[in-house]
Amino acid sequence: MIQSHAALIELRNVRKQFTGSERQPIVVLDGVTFTLHEHEIVALLGKSGSGKSTILRIIAGLTPVTSGDVLYRGKQICGSEPGISMVFQNFALFPWLNVLENVRLGPEAQGLSATEQRRRTLEAIDLIGLDGFESAYPKELSGGMCQRVGFARALVVEPDVLLMDEPFSALDVPTSEILRDDLLDLWRERKIPTRAILMVSHSIEEALLLADRLLILDGDPASIKSELPIRLAHPRDRNSDEFRALVDRVYALMTRASASVVGSLAMFGIGRRLPSANVQQMLGVLDAVDEQSTSGRLELAELADELEMEVDEIFPLVEALELFGFAAVDDGVLSLTPSGNAFLEADILERKVIFGRTLLKRVALAHHITAAIEAESDHRVDEERFLTELNEFFTDEEAERVLEVLVAWGRYAELFAYDYDSGVFSLENPTVEGISD
Amino acid sequence: MPEQFPERSFASRAWVSRWDLVLLPLVIGIFFLLAWAGSHTSSAVHVGAHSTISLSPALLPLYALKSTLRMLAALVVSILFALLVGTWAAKSRRAEKVLIPLLDIGQSVPILGFLSFALLWTLKLIHNVMLGAELAAIFAIFTSQVWNMAFSYYHSLKSLPKELVQAASVFQLSRWQRFLRLELPHAMPQLVWNTMMSVSGGWFFVVASEAITVSGHRILLPGIGSYIGVAIAERNLTAIGWAIFAMFVVIMLYNQLAFRPLVAWAEKFKMYPGEGEEPKSWMLNLLRRSAFVAAAVGMIHDIFAQFRRRRSPRSLRPPRERARIIKLSPRVSETSWNVTLALVAVVTVVLLARYILGGMGIGEVGHVFLIGFYSLIRVVVLVILASLVWVPIGIQIGLRPKWTRRAQPLVLFLSAFPANLLFPIFVYAIVVWRLNPQIWLSPLMVLGAQWYILFNVIAGAQQIPSDLREVANNLGLRGWHRWRRLYFPAIMPAYVTGGLTAAGAAWNASIVAEFVTWGGSTIKASGLGSYITEQTISGDQPRLVLGIAVMIIYVLLMNRLLWTRLYRLAEERYAEN
Repeated sequence: MIQSHAALIELRNVRKQFTGSERQPIVVLDGVTFTLHEHEIVALLGKSGSGKSTILRIIAGLTPVTSGDVLYRGKQICGSEPGISMVFQNFALFPWLNVLENVRLGPEAQGLSATEQRRRTLEAIDLIGLDGFESAYPKELSGGMCQRVGFARALVVEPDVLLMDEPFSALDVPTSEILRDDLLDLWRERKIPTRAILMVSHSIEEALLLADRLLILDGDPASIKSELPIRLAHPRDRNSDEFRALVDRVYALMTRASASVVGSLAMFGIGRRLPSANVQQMLGVLDAVDEQSTSGRLELAELADELEMEVDEIFPLVEALELFGFAAVDDGVLSLTPSGNAFLEADILERKVIFGRTLLKRVALAHHITAAIEAESDHRVDEERFLTELNEFFTDEEAERVLEVLVAWGRYAELFAYDYDSGVFSLENPTVEGISD
Repeated sequence: MPEQFPERSFASRAWVSRWDLVLLPLVIGIFFLLAWAGSHTSSAVHVGAHSTISLSPALLPLYALKSTLRMLAALVVSILFALLVGTWAAKSRRAEKVLIPLLDIGQSVPILGFLSFALLWTLKLIHNVMLGAELAAIFAIFTSQVWNMAFSYYHSLKSLPKELVQAASVFQLSRWQRFLRLELPHAMPQLVWNTMMSVSGGWFFVVASEAITVSGHRILLPGIGSYIGVAIAERNLTAIGWAIFAMFVVIMLYNQLAFRPLVAWAEKFKMYPGEGEEPKSWMLNLLRRSAFVAAAVGMIHDIFAQFRRRRSPRSLRPPRERARIIKLSPRVSETSWNVTLALVAVVTVVLLARYILGGMGIGEVGHVFLIGFYSLIRVVVLVILASLVWVPIGIQIGLRPKWTRRAQPLVLFLSAFPANLLFPIFVYAIVVWRLNPQIWLSPLMVLGAQWYILFNVIAGAQQIPSDLREVANNLGLRGWHRWRRLYFPAIMPAYVTGGLTAAGAAWNASIVAEFVTWGGSTIKASGLGSYITEQTISGDQPRLVLGIAVMIIYVLLMNRLLWTRLYRLAEERYAEN
């Protein structure tokens, strides 16, 4: 049924690279191919930093591709298209404009007559349930109302294609539910001229509630690893067995994708993209698994529910646990390993010892840094050196993030000391005199 | 947060960048070139149309109005310049590399030394003494205000929230719409605040630029500055009192009718409002509630809307991204541009050296650096003294919201009040009690500058989080311990900004403070400021430029070696987040 509809957006073999400060291109997307058809909602899922938002921004004409084709109705996209509109994660409202003026931005830019601008703007405001708030400034509105303005502003230009970049993630649960239902009603009753919606989501449930098709993005560089049509009828019941089965299925798909990545990258040098996971959270996950099941195995979907976390929050933790060999993931099920158990059972000081040992053994960057410190006669190394080395693999921002993660791990394990002010890694920890100074 | 005095930009991380090495000789070289060209044509100022200033108090409102108009003219030029240069620097990476260090050097130019220089040139170009002097004065006021405004606009363009820029792009705002709807509003709070700070600082230069002596000729532009100049020459204490009173009224009106309404209005454009108290203004409330004003604003809106519609043909939208990729690639042009600049710099340094050594000898240069050192000592000692006095007081005020509410407007008023109007009182005292001018002229340098320190310290102390103060109470942190662990670190970033601004202002003030007159007698302290003033009066342009150049070097060195480092330390260690 879906295939019979015309293609609105086509991505063919899209590659996107950023140039790091060391002039080494860093590839974030490679070989991304998919089609967005008329009358469908497609959700892009993937771990944070997997390039989901980059895909949206490419289609919105905000960033050019390095190679490959991006077509809108068969024509190459270069720059923003009038038929493609976008809703932003943090609303992106102009704080100095009131609701009416914010929504009117699009019609104003289209150069319509003043009366036409006004008519369309008021129509969109009515449609999305904002009437009465025309003269309010964004700072006077709640998050939910702000995002309604975001929707009205995107819909007022009567777009063919609506792009949504995690539109509900900045909202609380009840607010996002209402807004999502309202959007779905507008869509299903064809009250909006929009012919297709492409959304990026960080929540598996949210994607399953809205989408007709899921695309799962993974890898480094990322590409579309799997695709899942959702044929559940609306309104969808998230507690139904069918729905739960789908949630488990998506977790399995997502971990299968990442398992292959971990496997292939396990022995890699310092270019490993360390997940943003702190030790306390990792312990929290191990503890939850241990408590919830006697066998030491727990489905990721259940774990996410238990910890009240979304996928993009839980995956870095899972990835880190796998990296350290404290847990293994198979088909959406996380199981504790013996060393994970030992780590959990140890007391505060022992844990540091275990963690430090594992860190040195399994994380090349940790090994590299301690070796570099020891090689210097004064046992001091400037962070610039490591950042430069990391720049070969990552953008500036990513290099800093990775080093930050490692500093936290190294500090916990007491492998080295790091001075924030000077950015110097050294062996000694502050002496007693140093503390009393 | 606009509760601080203008933030300076620190262009590079190193204390001296290669751009400084190129641009500093270039700027000084251009000054010298102008001086050299000036000294080869007839340098006499024809004092034909000499206006006479009457000391009658009845004429003071008129003089005050003229001074204000001068300020206004400079302000309009400054705003246009700031918008243009800020945009240019933010949008072109190549321009940015040159403009940002250039603005930094501009901030360090002693404006009053520069004034007579500008005057000689305007007189050369325009053969009308009064008009030339008028333009030179406006130019001097402009150079006193424009830098931090340009910086502020540049910074806000650079810090535009990414999502808003993307939204503007997705909804295809035209260039003009982008400026009106996104760039200008986003810049507004900082721009308005910096503009108002510039105007406050500008009164000093208005007063100073209205009565100057160039090449032995005294030029008086009708205004409060010339009024007080004549009063000093005639030793008329009553007239001096009247001038001070008139200025008091002007600043009061300016505060109430311009400064406060504008700052309160700009609040609307803040990205994250609600921090601290919203500034209030009765004038703004009046305007906002007036039907007449509403109608006028509506009309302007409509006119703009018409304009916008006519100017936004959609088809003109070029495929920007593709074009940019092609343009970025040739690194050859980049290199040749760098090489050209470096060559120009080397050539200017050689020419400079030849010119200075030929005309004045190395001894003169050494002498100027030596007296520059005297001025440096004055600036340093006085900033330290002012800090010792105002930091503790400022913290005490800032910790008490009630005091702060009363004190801040007063301090703002004091900082706007041109301190040079008060000089005669001090000079009178020095003359009467026969005090040593080497020491007693020095306080004049910080008379106006000290308020920058006080204002910023109050603002810093005001923002100390209350939970930190509660913890300090809870742990029993008392006395010196409490100051060292809580108050000083907390106000550090604000203090550094204040100290930096104060030091800059003191250098500028040294030109009028180290060389003062009372009737026919002259009192001076040896220093770079008095050197510059003397060269101005005698019309020796090469020496004048030498003085200016040395002062620029001193100010830059002090900023880079002391303030920049302190600022970074304060930012990285003490700032929240």
